[in-house]
Amino acid sequence: MSEVIRLKKGLNIKLKGSAEKVLEKLPVPATVALKPTDFPGLTPKLSVKADAIVKAGDALFYDKYHPEIVFTAPVGGKVVSINRGERRKILEVVIETDKDAGSASFKKADPNTLSGEEVKEQILKSGLWPFIKKRPYGVIASPDQKPLSIYISTFDTAPLAPDYNFVIAGQLETFQTGVNALAKLTEGKVYLGVNANSAFTGVKNVEINTFEGPHPAGNVGVQIANTKPLNKGEVVWTLNVQDVLLIGRLFETGNVDFSRIVALTGSEVSAPKYYQTVVGAPVASLVQERLVEANYHLRIISGNVLTGKKVGPQQYFGFYDSQITVIPEGDEYEFMGWASPGFDKFSASKAFLGKLFPKKEYTLNANLHGGERAFVMSGQYEKLVPIDILPVHLLKAILVNDIDKMEQLGIYEVIEEDLALCEYACTSKVEVQKILRDGINIMIKELG
Amino acid sequence: MNFIKNIFENTKPYVQKGAKYHWLHSVHDGFFTLFFVQKNTSKSGTHIHDYIDLKRTMGMVVLALVPAILMGMYNTGYQHFKAIDELASTGFFEIFLFGLLKVLPIIIVSYGVGLGIEFVFAQIRGHEIQEGFLVSGMLIPLVMPVETPLWMIAVATAFAVVIGKEVFGGTGMNIWNPALVARAFLFFAYPAQMSGIKVWVAGSQATDAITCATPLGDAASGVISYTASDAFFGLVPGSIGETSTLAILIGAVLLIVTGIGSWRIMLSTIAGGAVMGLILNAFAGSASLSEANQVFFAIPFWHHLILGGFMFGAIFMATDPVSGSQTVSGKWIYGFLIGILAVLIRVVNPAYPEGMMLAILLMNTFAPLIDHYVVQGHIKKRLKRATVSGRTA
Repeated sequence: MSEVIRLKKGLNIKLKGSAEKVLEKLPVPATVALKPTDFPGLTPKLSVKADAIVKAGDALFYDKYHPEIVFTAPVGGKVVSINRGERRKILEVVIETDKDAGSASFKKADPNTLSGEEVKEQILKSGLWPFIKKRPYGVIASPDQKPLSIYISTFDTAPLAPDYNFVIAGQLETFQTGVNALAKLTEGKVYLGVNANSAFTGVKNVEINTFEGPHPAGNVGVQIANTKPLNKGEVVWTLNVQDVLLIGRLFETGNVDFSRIVALTGSEVSAPKYYQTVVGAPVASLVQERLVEANYHLRIISGNVLTGKKVGPQQYFGFYDSQITVIPEGDEYEFMGWASPGFDKFSASKAFLGKLFPKKEYTLNANLHGGERAFVMSGQYEKLVPIDILPVHLLKAILVNDIDKMEQLGIYEVIEEDLALCEYACTSKVEVQKILRDGINIMIKELG
Repeated sequence: MNFIKNIFENTKPYVQKGAKYHWLHSVHDGFFTLFFVQKNTSKSGTHIHDYIDLKRTMGMVVLALVPAILMGMYNTGYQHFKAIDELASTGFFEIFLFGLLKVLPIIIVSYGVGLGIEFVFAQIRGHEIQEGFLVSGMLIPLVMPVETPLWMIAVATAFAVVIGKEVFGGTGMNIWNPALVARAFLFFAYPAQMSGIKVWVAGSQATDAITCATPLGDAASGVISYTASDAFFGLVPGSIGETSTLAILIGAVLLIVTGIGSWRIMLSTIAGGAVMGLILNAFAGSASLSEANQVFFAIPFWHHLILGGFMFGAIFMATDPVSGSQTVSGKWIYGFLIGILAVLIRVVNPAYPEGMMLAILLMNTFAPLIDHYVVQGHIKKRLKRATVSGRTA
């Protein structure tokens, strides 16, 4: 095993409501939905019409510019509605699930016996390709590109994140199958980022890097930057643990199985724990009757508090997410809040007395705690990003639309999640992730 | 609390755009946000935000200034009663009260004029009141000699806020520290009133027999008129807030502990001053120096740190995150050069014994250049890495 890479920069935000290590299986929900909006930059084209009957693994829509990338039904049933937004943008393709609808069948084979092309074709057809993202930019990988290597982070350091060492229990073999399939897609290596006491150290056919440190040490982008940082023109692919499991299952069984373990977390969840459900399940099927009764507003987040999306109970769970977090909305005035000593206030800065109790877990709400301002403080972001970049200068380059500067300052090395902590800690409440995504979109548009 | 909140909420419709009292909008908003953290919640990006905001940050700096303010008030009284030879017969509270009454009007004028202009600009530009002036408004009185006429304070503050800050776009955009712009404005616009021996001690204009120059002014003319302990505790003539090194260091501890002031800049500024002091010491015996210069060159290097505005500048002015360097290595260079220049200017050019002000303004001007080269260095490193790795996609 290689030596431990210790990252000093970053911050663990200690929230109340981490999931107890208990797994409950949920029944297949009555409806599931796939949301094209979960895929940044995607222009979807429908392959089905309303009222069509689909099997699990049948295509629902595809990428206009890469028709080979299809998005398939996670569960069989009937397409009941295609919800559109402004300018007829497709928001959701909703399926009424049917136990007897069956599943599309694919090749059942040990990936080691297949060629790279065969593996790629199988992943593409089954609709699992969208789980493979590429760096730079953090968008769905292009099947015609050859990645230098593939990176998988096996731990998540974000607040209240699921523990993959628990999730993986009993599924390590499937994970290995998935890794073997991925290894066929690159001429380089598959890299596994693990933490201390990892359940993944026995995985073969990979190179293991051990990381130690506060969030965002578990981010795959941070792990890449601290082993082999990306340069201009280089492309690598990244996957999450549960996505590798889906690929593994596909080759082991010949069927698609989109089931996924989700951690229901947060201070407003009455008994935070793990649930097994499927990709695209309705949020209500997870949170209904599992939240505390509150006389204030709640915010339900698909994902973690730093990078997740706000969802309503009638909406559907995000494609890539393994976590739901519920926190108070915090839409209330606070008298002289900025001047209070702050014993109950968690802060990345040291300007509140809450700093005296490092072990305490906090209930944080979605309030901005201040007005938006121009950049004033310096040195705040740098402390939170264990990557060799200058975050403020990069953001300023994006704000003035200077593509050369963005490139020179390393926009290839980061996506939103890597700078999310900066947005959390910012005194001036700058919308860091939005600015960065705007910059990435400019790069994709101008340079492809 | 609900009572106050209701007043603000109920009056809000009257100051909205198009309503009768829209011209009061920024004032309403300014006070509402001062009393209540607003109920706005996150709309994009992270769902949780740190409790820290610019009000908290600026509030912390003002808190860190409190020891210097109090000591400045006491010293104002102390110098006054010393000058009229009644020190022994005056009690502690009487001394402090005299200083309080002398200093308070200056603070009120500074805040009144500055915040007034801020409110007007916020209204015209349609943005929220920005908190930068909470600190500038306190720094301005503290860098002024106590006998500065109030109208001059008003003019200087207006100049600093408009020319020093708002023309660049407000808090976060200015290139010089606004408080130093105010000081420099008076220094160059009213040199007769702002230097010499009459402005430093309250009431000394009435007693014209007594000279009350600052220790730096004296040293420039070859006279050592202070003891190190007086200079450290702050019982020497000087600008209101700058004399007590002890009080300033208490503030420095708060700024460093809370992480709001950059310890890198503080440390490197002090190091720069000490190094320059040592260099001057080395030349102190040189025959080519005038007699007065020989005395000034020879004072122990650490005296430069406790004299005049050096420490106040190093802790509260150089560390201004907006006008200072913003990169880590930039901060070291920026601070070090401030220290060097401050001592160099004050000793070698005795016409400007207040070298700290000029040194900081000068380095404020160069801070973007320093940062530029630091960023270029960073870019070169990344380019080099790309060529060395030589991987192709």
